[in-house]
Parts: sequence; C-alpha cells; structure tokens
Amino acid sequence: MKNNVTSERTMEFIKQNAIVLVLILEFIFFTINTDNFLSASNLFNVLRQVSTTGIVCVGMTFVMITGGIDLSVGAEVGLSVVVCASLMVNGWGILPACIAAILAAMLVGFINGLLVANVGIPSLIATLGTQTAVRGAVYIWTNCLPIFGFPEEFRVLGQGYILGVIPVPVVIMLCVLILAWVYINMTKYGRYTYAIGGNEEVTRLSGIKVKVMKNATYVISGFCAGLAGVILLSRLFSGQPRAGINYEMDAITAVVLGGVSVTGGAGRLSGVIVGFLIIGLLSNGFTMMGVNEYWQTFLKGIILLTAVGLDVRSVSRRKKQVVIDADSGGSAQ
Amino acid sequence: MDSAKMLEMKGICKYFSGVKALNNVDLTVRKGEVHALLGENGAGKSTLIKILSGSLERDAGEIRFDGISRGKYSPQAAIAMGISVIYQELNLIPEMTVEENLSLGKELNRGVFLDRAAMSRRAVEIMKTFEIDIDIGAQVGRLSVAYQQMVEILKAMLNNSQLVVMDEPSATLTNSELKVLFRIIGELKQQGKSVIYISHRLEEIEEIADRVTILRDGEFVTTRDMCDVSMKELIHFMVGHEVSEEYPAPRAAQNEVVLSVSHLRNGRVRDVNFELHRGEILGIAGLVGAGRTEIARSIFGADRYEGEIRVHGEPVKMRTPKDGIRRRIALIPEDRKTQGALLDMTVAENMTISCLDSLSKGPFIRKKAERELVDQNIGKLRIRVSSPRQKIKNLSGGNQQKVIVTKWFATNSDIMLFDEPTRGIDVGAKHEIYEIMSSIVKSGKSIVMISSELPELIGMSDRILVMYEGQQMGILDEAEGEITQELIMTLASGKKE
Repeated sequence: MKNNVTSERTMEFIKQNAIVLVLILEFIFFTINTDNFLSASNLFNVLRQVSTTGIVCVGMTFVMITGGIDLSVGAEVGLSVVVCASLMVNGWGILPACIAAILAAMLVGFINGLLVANVGIPSLIATLGTQTAVRGAVYIWTNCLPIFGFPEEFRVLGQGYILGVIPVPVVIMLCVLILAWVYINMTKYGRYTYAIGGNEEVTRLSGIKVKVMKNATYVISGFCAGLAGVILLSRLFSGQPRAGINYEMDAITAVVLGGVSVTGGAGRLSGVIVGFLIIGLLSNGFTMMGVNEYWQTFLKGIILLTAVGLDVRSVSRRKKQVVIDADSGGSAQ
Repeated sequence: MDSAKMLEMKGICKYFSGVKALNNVDLTVRKGEVHALLGENGAGKSTLIKILSGSLERDAGEIRFDGISRGKYSPQAAIAMGISVIYQELNLIPEMTVEENLSLGKELNRGVFLDRAAMSRRAVEIMKTFEIDIDIGAQVGRLSVAYQQMVEILKAMLNNSQLVVMDEPSATLTNSELKVLFRIIGELKQQGKSVIYISHRLEEIEEIADRVTILRDGEFVTTRDMCDVSMKELIHFMVGHEVSEEYPAPRAAQNEVVLSVSHLRNGRVRDVNFELHRGEILGIAGLVGAGRTEIARSIFGADRYEGEIRVHGEPVKMRTPKDGIRRRIALIPEDRKTQGALLDMTVAENMTISCLDSLSKGPFIRKKAERELVDQNIGKLRIRVSSPRQKIKNLSGGNQQKVIVTKWFATNSDIMLFDEPTRGIDVGAKHEIYEIMSSIVKSGKSIVMISSELPELIGMSDRILVMYEGQQMGILDEAEGEITQELIMTLASGKKE
C-alpha cells in the first residue's frame, strides 16, 4: 500500500513536470532557431498575445473541472467585441460599454448553464449550439462589417504599459489568475467545483446545489471570454465580427495540456498557465521562424489529440483500478 | 425423464484479488430438468453463472458440458457450445424489430443481400413452436418486459442452446406473465433442454424446479430433489446457522419518536409506515429490489416521494438532499464507490464536503478549523490514514466507510440512514463499524439500517421492517421475541405467515 502511494506520487510529480519540461524544450528550440526570440520585448510580446487566450483558458478551466466543456467561448469573445465596439461608437463611455460587453458574454454563459445543468443537454452540444447561434447573431447585427472609431483612451487596455514595460493586458491576466486561484483553492465553491467533476451524484447527496454550481462555471467562463473580448478590441482597435474564432480550440488544447482532465475532477491552474504558455510560444516562435499559419493549425490539432489521448488513457487506467478494488470488496489493507 | 448429465461443474473455485468468492462449488444439471440455484445475496450465484457463461475465468475446477470436458472458453464459445444466459438486463437492441433481434448474428443471405423473407419465416416458425404470439415487425423497445424476455428466450433457441440460464427472470413479471414464462419453460423441458433458474422467490421454485442447488458464502451447501425438501429446510440451508452473539446490540431505544413515516410511496415502494425512536436501530430487511434503498433515499430527499414524513413531530417535505441535511438526516449510501466517496479527493475533503458552510467565513474555507475537525474525527474513529491529504480511494473499504460516517458527524446528524454499511468490508473492520453504530445510538441518535446480511441485521436491530416487492410486510420487534431468520426470510419472499 505504502509503495503504491509513493509510486503514485512520483508518477504525479513526473506528469506535472513533464509539461514544464516541454515548455523548457520549446523555449530552447526557439532560442536556437530564431534570432531575437529571447529578447525582453519579444517575450513581453508573447505574454501580451497570450493574455486574451490565457484569460479565456481560466474560464474554460472552471467548466472543464466540472467535467463539462465550453465551445462557445470564441463566440462570446466575438459578441463582447461587437457589443463594446458598437456601444462606444454610439456614444457610450468606455467603462459602461466594457461592462455591458462583459455582461452580454456572461448572459450567454448563463444560458449555457441553463441548457447543461437544468435542461440536461450534454455540454458539448449545448455550447456548440450557443456558439453557432451567438456567432450568427453577431453577423446579423453587424452585417459582418467591422466597426471603427473609438476614443483614443480606449487603447490603454490592450496596448498600454504599466511602468513603461509591463503590458496592461498581462497585468489584467495576472489579476484574473489570482482571483481564479483564490476561488479554486480557498473558497468552498472551488471545492464544490472539483467535487462535481469527481462525482456529481455524491456531490448532490452531500447537500450541494449542483445545478447552481455548474451554472456558475459557465457564467465565469462567459465573464472571462467577455473580458478577453474587450481587451482584444482595444488591441486591434477595430470591432471584427469574426474576432475570437477558434479561441475555444486554443483554450481547450491549453487546458488539457495543462493537466485538466477531460472527464473532470482534476487539474490545477498552474498547469493551465504552462499549457497556454506552450501554445502561445508555439505561435510566436513558428511565426518568427516563418512557418505558416496552416502548419500551426495542423500542429495544434495534433497537440490537442496527443494531450487528450494521454489523459484519457490515464483516466481509464484509474477507472480499471477502481473496478478491481470494488470486485475484491475494496479491502486492501 | 432422461437423467443423463447436461452440465457438470466440479470443485469450482474463484478468487478476486486473493479473496475467495467461490470455494469448491459443484453444480450438476441433468438433461431436460429445471434446476434452481438458490442463495442469499453474495452467496456466489452470479459468479458461478459468469464462469459458466465464459465471462469469468475459473481458478480451479472442472466443467463438463454435454459429456465433454471444457477448458477455458469465451462467452462466444459458450453460446456456440449451447449455453445461453438470460440476464436481468436483457441483451436486446430496443430500436430494432423482433425479427431483427432474433436474426442478429445469424443473418441469412441471398448473395450479398439479406434474405429478409427467409429470416421472417424462421422467426414466425420459432414463435409457432413455442405458441407465442408476438408481431415480428414490432420494435422490441415497445414491447413489455415479459415479451422482451420471451424474445430473448427464442433467441437462445435459435442459437440451438441446450442449456438456458435465467437470472431472476420473474423479478419484473406480473402473475399472468409468469404463467406464460412457466409454460415456455415447460416447453423447453419437453424438448430435452435444461434450464437453470435463479430466483429469490421460493414459491416459484417450488412450482417450477425439479432439483435445487443451494450456495452460501461462496460454498456449496447441498443439491436436493425438490420433492424431498421443505420450504423451511430450504430457508435454513440458505441462511445457515443461528446467529452467534457477536454484535454489540446496543438496545438504547427510548420512547421519543424522532422520525415518523406514513403512507410513503415512490417509484418503487407503496405505503410504507413506521416510526423511529430516539436511540433505536430500526433494521430494514428484504431482497434486492424490494425497495429498501428507495425508502432511505426518499427520507433523505434524494428521490421524489408522496406521503408524510415527520421529523421530531414536525411535518416536512424533503425535496433535495439539502432538505434532509437541514433536518439533520444523513445517508450513508450502499455503493461507496459511486455514491458515497469522492474517490479522487482527499480524506479531509470528503469529510468536510457537507459542512463547509459552517467551516467557512463568507466564501472562504477556514483551513485551520477544517484541519482541527478532520484530525479530531480521524482520532475519534481511529481511521487509519497516512495523512488527511491522502486520497480516499487508497484507503481500505472499512476506512472509507468510516470517513463517510464522520462526514455526517460534522453536520450534527441525529437520524442516520445506513444502507448496507458493511458491504465490501472485511470482518475486522465490520466490527468497528458495528461499534461505531452502537456508540451513535448510545449518544441519543437514531439509525435506520438496511442490510442484506441477516445475521448483522438481527444482531444490531431493535426492530426490523421487512419489505417485499415494494410492500411493507411487517415490523418485527426484538423485545417481543419476534425476530428470527426464518420469519424474516418468509416475509421477505412474499409469504404471509
């Protein structure tokens, strides 16, 4: 028994650090193969680029810990971009416009939550539906034309710097990460989120409002996507109706890569950070090496499948172990 | 009757990770006989059948079928040999028609195309042989369970099975449907086929079986001709010896009624009435599927119900488990792995999941308070863990169960519903669980204990409520000397005294 525990811990240690190793190898690879990958300006650039997907990843992490998935984050980003842009163009102040945009994305998250937790549609299908519907609504509203003409001060959010070097979006991302870490690790709601992903029925029988808690994760995901949308709008300074397309793919890849189980119940925020850094560095490095975007898309798909494949295999091994224990009466002592 | 042997299983042994599930079990079935297999839950019936059907491998023993000794074989090979098992969960594809189900895997072709006409003819023919009237074009999912069962039997016949095993075939049948089933079984006998009939219902076995084999705790007890054995003897063979006095038997019941249930009905049970007193252990006996678990789940708020529940005299409506917990009721479910424990979480997290509200300041968990509570509980119940942060799935069954019990200490529960509290727990740990239950009632709390193990139920309970098919058959009182294994078994198999 004791041996088991130790070997399990070692395995877990290797698993968690394998991903860090990948990040380091990637780092070395690009440092050797490109000219100024390792410059401070480029690294901050990478961080700024990942800040939007990074924030989306945080929301996705919550949903995936409960065992769900949120395919609508990209569309929520698009919705947030367009709502924020058109409100500002129509004379709203920057802050009210941003808040309205984030609320709109949270509303979509709330609808996702209702569909998944209350109606009982599998999250994959429910959020695929809202993704398509929301993206469609954005196209209808804008006629698929970009929106221009925002107040200059709005640039700060996506393009500004704090202390002259740290990009504002990076600071925002760090704040989101800290809040998420506190929620997950220090509040009872974080505990419930893991419990639901571990076993929904046990959680319900423990007196926890499972539906409300599940719904909350989709609203959080909506909040993160909305916030990312506002930052993205400020960076691009043009309200693109197609903004955020494929964000869900990047986010899911990063989150799974970071060790969040596709079946829920397990995963850490620190892993997710490593996950989206790997994806971010990959885009940046390949772009600097002149690898075209088609190849990048192809590679991301392969990475996602590899990460999920490894996760699913380890989960099925775990499940098998449990079944064997149950058969023997679980009395291994 | 031809008394040649169809099946001979000799000295069958099966271990699950070192634990003996079957020890030296014999089963001999003659050609053209209906052979009943009897035993309590956990006696090893299903393990034996799984070995026969090829889905489990035996660790020792010999199987002769149709006169030939058989080594290892797969489920497919078993079917090819002529052994068909009809499980309680039927193996039919509900979306397909009767004919399609019958033909599955035995399709007739004309060239590369299916010969639908020939397959329909074959299906109609087999129906005629057994005088069954089912539309072969009907979708199987729309048929009643009884008819689906018949389709399954016909499927076995099309496979040219010589031996048909029926695992609790009557569990979901009405009386008239049962008659049809018996007629079909009679037909099988006529054709010289053998049937192994597994059921808990003694009166059915009395009616249909020629011989009976009884298992107990994985051991072979005896094989008898039905005409030579009385119902009373059968029950005695099943339950074994009288209970020895090895239970703490707290006997702490007081007069005050803490829980009263009247006219409780839900999907499974109808009209259950009882009162639970302070300091009492009320046992619930009955076979699997009799509705015992459903009573507990309704009281806890996990399932919908109709009827009245009063807690400390106050009428309450339990809609969710949260309502149950608020009324200080606790449920320790029968299946720890799927309903009791959060396997991937730590011992500490499992212990406090239901009482985080009281351990938190606003949304924030007070880690120090949590830690103190957990340490206290681990000490109090002597739970063997290397650290509170150890994952619960790495504990033994007994220690897992203790963690789940302490989870409800933390919510100050005073009515605790234990569903199969010692299932999958080894003997030593069982005693610790009994001691814990005993100290619970001695501290003025009350327990409802559901168990399939009669000795422990009798040993622990002040009174025992017996269920049969969702119906309350009676409440036996220890103080009145009414509790005997025989009486419980009689009531639990549906017989009034």
